[in-house]
Formats: sequence, structure tokens, C-alpha cells
Amino acid sequence: MVFRGLGFRLRAGQALTVEGPNGSGKTSLLRVIAGFLRPEEGAIRLEMKDGQPVAAREERSAFIGWLGHQDGVKAQMTPREILRFHAQLYGVRQPDVGAALNLVALARVADLPVQYLSAGQKKRLALARLKLSDRPLWLLDEPLSALDAAGRALAAGLVRGHCAEGGMAIIATHEPLELETEKLLLAA
Amino acid sequence: MNAFSAILVRDTRLFFRAGGGAFLALAFFSSVAVLVPLGTGPDLALLGRIAGGVLWVAAVLAALLALDRMFQSDFDDGSLDLVALGPLSLEGVALAKIASHWLATGLPLTIVSPLLALMFNLPDRAYPALVASLAIGTPAVSAIGAIGAGLTLSIRRGNLILPLIVLPLLSPAVIFGAGGVLAAIDHVANGALWFLAAFSLVAVLLSPFAAAAAVRLNLAG
Repeated sequence: MVFRGLGFRLRAGQALTVEGPNGSGKTSLLRVIAGFLRPEEGAIRLEMKDGQPVAAREERSAFIGWLGHQDGVKAQMTPREILRFHAQLYGVRQPDVGAALNLVALARVADLPVQYLSAGQKKRLALARLKLSDRPLWLLDEPLSALDAAGRALAAGLVRGHCAEGGMAIIATHEPLELETEKLLLAA
Repeated sequence: MNAFSAILVRDTRLFFRAGGGAFLALAFFSSVAVLVPLGTGPDLALLGRIAGGVLWVAAVLAALLALDRMFQSDFDDGSLDLVALGPLSLEGVALAKIASHWLATGLPLTIVSPLLALMFNLPDRAYPALVASLAIGTPAVSAIGAIGAGLTLSIRRGNLILPLIVLPLLSPAVIFGAGGVLAAIDHVANGALWFLAAFSLVAVLLSPFAAAAAVRLNLAG
């Protein structure tokens, strides 16, 4: 049992920061919400704007934007290829890959294989992909790791902008974003 | 372009890039096919008869070399989570990955096999059977390999036990594939290639479901 007796509700435009010591289940909670893990008890209920529940797998997959603690980028591919691939995979209509790369200040290395990028640049690429994927609920696992000051501000700005457009974000982190959010504290 | 072709194109490209495994498989296949005649000695009649079997075993082992790139590399770097959250079901993802693995291993091996059969003095009449058997049978290698790749994707160095899972399941392909080549040498019609085709068809149809179930299990772990 990782955690029990957990309940929260998130509305459009809200962000939630999940805090807790190592091993308290922050990542597990995100994986339960994403549908990778089945909760032992209880349920996750996702609703569309009109109150319709998100049930079917296809709907859920169109609902969740994922930023794991691994960046999910391929060393042999270039940032531009990676963003193009995910836009196609997710069926994003008319993806503006160039703008997404500019947004995270990666335009200069857009056509360089990712193996030459630093850890912070890979995280920026993952943020660009999240933005491009255009999903209402963002699940972010330690989004600030490896990011410099400008990168942290960028991540906070992306989440702020996402929520301002009516999106939602759940952020599991040790280092709070410079952002007004709801808070959920997991015990060890 | 939809999700299926996006994965197909990306994975096929990755197989042919640095560390992707396609060239490794081809080099392994060619090395075995060159070494066996050197080790067997210049008994041309013997070489001609073992050509089908040796090339088939070499092709299966070569294709296995690239299997850990099918799911494991995506799992290790986190992209499998992102793919699983896409609109395509994991069954569809598995089928796309099987197809790209075949394009990177089975197809090139089939294409170079007539060249390597020269090393074995394979009788002329058996060439069509050799190429046909590899073309028909290697999709089954990729498909059944996907099950093994899905089962072992979260195991460190899982590619070491992968052959133990996959090779026994592939013995029908080797038997019918090599048997088809021998039948062509001996001028008998034993229907081996038809059995091979049936086996391959069933493997390609069913494996995506088994592989997807294995991947789902590992994503929850």
C-alpha cells in the first residue's frame, strides 16, 4: 500500500501541486491518474467540460498530457523529428513545430541529434512536446529537474498559460513552481 | 499521416540509425553464412543440402539481435508511456513495431539470401523456394519476437533471456522454411511453404494481442 484515503477535485483552470518525501507515491499517483496503474480501491473520475465522463481509452488518451521524470526523447532523433513524430502520433492538426521549439529556446539545436543536448535542453524539449500535444490535463512528474532559472520560469509560465486557457495541471515535485496552486501533501 | 504510420516510419528509421540493429543483423547473418561453408569444408553436395537450414537459423538469430530495440529502448527512455497515451491501442502499436522490425531485419535478410546461398552451392532450382520461404516466414519471426520483447522489456539485460522465450516458439518456422528449400532440391511437393504461410499468418494476427498484453503488464509494474 503506497497511500490511502486520498481525495481531491480539480476544476478547469486549476493546478495542483503534489508534494511529499521520496517514496511517498507522487509518481504512482500520476500513473494511476494516467491509467497505467489500477488503484487497489477507489476511482479516478475525469469529466469533459460538459460534464460527460471520460471513460473510453481513446477519450482518456485525448485528455492527458504526460511529462514523466524521464524525458521520452530518442538520442538518435533531432528535436524537430521528435516533435513532428508526437504531433502525428497524437493527431495534432497543423502542428507548429517551429513555434514550439522557439518557445523553449531550442530553435538553434532543432536539427541536432538529441544525444548532443544537455539534460536541461532535453527537459525543455519534453515541455515543448507537452505544449504541442494540446491536452487538457497535464500530468507533470518533477518538471523542474535539470532546468536552469530561465527554464524554471518557462515551465511555470507554460503551466500558468495552460491553466489560464482552462486547462488543468497536476505537478508532482519537491521544488514548488513559482505559481499559485492547490496543494496536496502525501505522507511518507 | 496517422498514428500507425507515424510509429512505423519512426521505428524503421531508428532501426537503420546508429545503434539501431538493422545493419548489425545483416552483418551477423552474412558472417554466419560465410563462416559455415568455411567450417564445413568443400563438400558441395553436403553444402547444398544444409543451405536452407543454416540460412534459416542464421536469419532467426540475426533478427533476434534487433528485438530489444522494439519495446525496451522506448521503455527505458520513457517514450513508451507517451506512445501508450496516444490514440492508437497498444495492439496497433505492437503491429506497427512488428512491421518496422520486419522492414529492418526480415526484408534485408531475404534480399541478400540468394547472394549468400552462392556460398553453399545451392542448386539453382531451390533459389525461388529459399527466397519465398524467408519472405513468408520472417514476418512470423518479428511477430513472435514481439511477444518476447514485450515480456522482457522491463528486465535489465532482458535481451539475454529473450532468445530462450522466442526460439522454441519459432521452431515451426525453421522446420517448414528449411523443409521447403529441401523439398525444392529433391523435386518433391510437400506443402512446407503452405504450412509456413499458415504459421506466419496466425503469428502475425495473434502476436500483437499477446505483445500488447505483456507491455500493459510492464507499464503497470
